[in-house]
Amino acid sequence: MGIVHGEEMVLNMGPQHPSTHGVLRLKIRTDGEIVTRITPYIGYLHRCFEKHCENVTYEQVIPYVDRCDYLASMNNDFGYAVAVEKLMGLEVPEKVEYIRVIAAELNRIASHHLAIGAFGLDVGAVTPFLYCFRDRERILDLFEMLCGARLLYNYIWVGGVSHDFPVGFVEKVYEFLDYFEPKIHEYNDILTFNKIFIERTADVGVLPADVAISYGVTGPNLRGSGVKWDLRRNDPYSIYGRFDFDIPIGTGAMGTVGDCWDRYYVRIREMEESVKIVRQALDQMPREGDVHAALPRKVRPPKGFVYARTETPRGELGFYIVSDGKPIPFRVKLRSPAFTALSCLDEIARGWMIADVIAILGSLDIVLGEIDR
Amino acid sequence: MVDIIIETFSGGLSSGASTAVIFVIATILVAVVIFTFMAVNALVAVYAERKIWAFVQDRLGPMGQGVGFHAGKWGLLQTLADAAKLLMKEDIIPASADRRLFILAPFILFIGAFLAFVALPFNQHLIAADFNIGLLYIVAVSSLGVVGIILAGYGSNNKWSLYGAMRSAAQIVSYEIPVGLSLLSVVMLVGSLQMQDIIRAQSGTIWGFAPNWYLFSNPFTFFAFLVYFFSGVAEVNRTPFDMPEAESELVAGFHTEYSGMRWAFFFLAEYANMFIVAGIASVVFLGGWQSPFYGAMDGAAWGLFWFLAKVVVLMFVMIWFRCTFPRLRVDQLMNLCWKVFIPFAFFNILGVGLWDLFVK
Repeated sequence: MGIVHGEEMVLNMGPQHPSTHGVLRLKIRTDGEIVTRITPYIGYLHRCFEKHCENVTYEQVIPYVDRCDYLASMNNDFGYAVAVEKLMGLEVPEKVEYIRVIAAELNRIASHHLAIGAFGLDVGAVTPFLYCFRDRERILDLFEMLCGARLLYNYIWVGGVSHDFPVGFVEKVYEFLDYFEPKIHEYNDILTFNKIFIERTADVGVLPADVAISYGVTGPNLRGSGVKWDLRRNDPYSIYGRFDFDIPIGTGAMGTVGDCWDRYYVRIREMEESVKIVRQALDQMPREGDVHAALPRKVRPPKGFVYARTETPRGELGFYIVSDGKPIPFRVKLRSPAFTALSCLDEIARGWMIADVIAILGSLDIVLGEIDR
Repeated sequence: MVDIIIETFSGGLSSGASTAVIFVIATILVAVVIFTFMAVNALVAVYAERKIWAFVQDRLGPMGQGVGFHAGKWGLLQTLADAAKLLMKEDIIPASADRRLFILAPFILFIGAFLAFVALPFNQHLIAADFNIGLLYIVAVSSLGVVGIILAGYGSNNKWSLYGAMRSAAQIVSYEIPVGLSLLSVVMLVGSLQMQDIIRAQSGTIWGFAPNWYLFSNPFTFFAFLVYFFSGVAEVNRTPFDMPEAESELVAGFHTEYSGMRWAFFFLAEYANMFIVAGIASVVFLGGWQSPFYGAMDGAAWGLFWFLAKVVVLMFVMIWFRCTFPRLRVDQLMNLCWKVFIPFAFFNILGVGLWDLFVK
């Protein structure tokens, strides 16, 4: 008996669908439950980010940058600040560098919380999601204490940060780290090594290293495929060269290298590494110093262009900025890591079932705010 | 229970009313009681589920604030308020839906659950009709629900609903087999399909102290219990087998297009089905209304208590599953049924027979 091929059905998933992580629309061609082709349609969240940037001053771009990857605003601000400072040739005080690293790594933990929690939700496990949110809440509380905002911070400025650490903040961060480290084992117990979870994610949606590189996939998705590439180590910016941390990569522990489980587990391990970095940064940080010392009176970079890249929780975030010597940028281009991750969806999800498409999409951890800009 | 009511009535009003009228009255009375019980069951189970979920997930769950109908202490009135809200909601039928099937579907699903309650013994006397094929009847009518699910999926004219319905049909029909086979092993020992007979066969003790329930009395019936319970969870579409309504994939599966009271009927049926699965498990494997302490606490009221206690424990386990497990994929679900449960259940029947022949 051969395989029976029925008529293909076109299924419209999204933009209002519980598992498209925002307003993504997928046009899925299915043969029964098997997916034969996926076409992502994006742009439902398009806000003309890049055009906006050409009409506001360099400082005023930062709130827009916040709203790109709204789950990791600190990392986005960081990337933009690094780019503009590189263009201006600006040196920031040591204390500011440490504060930025601490904020960015805490935000990385918070972002990975959402990534693994929502991934669990995609394969049907509700409880890990709420565990993750419980712990993410603590980080948001810390940020609220730091700058008053819980999601869109506008904290890291060109040449400095908006506020110094408030009194008692360092102790609170230590407290959080002590609280958080054992919780990772809790996630592992309830989700990572759950038999059903492994069944659902191991060997599913394998992204081979060569495909990942050819699509320009970066971040945890690339590392999940076994490529040891992390800009914090390979092209160190800020003061990341001073810290001792590992770069976790996918090993195919439960199936093939580059499957959904690997991408998921890389994120869990990265949270551990981020905790390490925050600890070291808190220990080394100079307690005295003015965080506003290097803030320029007016951000007016010389004529020229710059491309600066940083490692956000989703991968390589690049800013290409062209200056014509005015206080308003001539052109700002954002290289979105989530966009490249989404572009390989069709390649790796073809031939799997509808339920797997959801799992694969969840494991890529996309943020539509950044894809659509 | 119908018989008892008829006897009481005809004793009291020996003159005048014909037996047919009394029969109709008695039947309606019993139906109202069952319906009320189903509604209360759903109200309590939804509240319990939300609270248990919340406690597992480190939350408080519904708490209610201040004084008012929506409130209540610890959110006790939450489900009542939800039910009131559902009653008042606009009834939306999609323009492209098949109207008749769309309206019919929730009732068929509900009727399946409703009919099964008729043969469920709550204690020594409290059973609507204790007929000689009780168990077979329950298994038969409780799988009637799948017709309702297919109609809902087809009638909605929505691809997500259709997927949910297709999955559900495959799932429920497949899992009927291990359910039937595992119940068969007990029926073989009892030699009767009558619910009360099955319970009475489990009276007494083994090894002097443990209750003589089929869960304990025979190792193979213990495995049959496990097969039955897991297949039962799959049959009522609960996590980790909640494929038909997998909310992260299929939006809401077969009831995507339903709202208001029609949607509530699906939920009423789901919780009633949970009760039935737990009820059958406790009747067939856990001695029904029998007390776990032989000879003690054995009255009719205690019987009701023990039956409900066993059902509540099993329902708690189902809710616990839902808190803990991710969802299986549809093909993994089928593999589990056809490659694990069914061969295992067949082997079990052989084992039960051999054990009964040679060991006992």
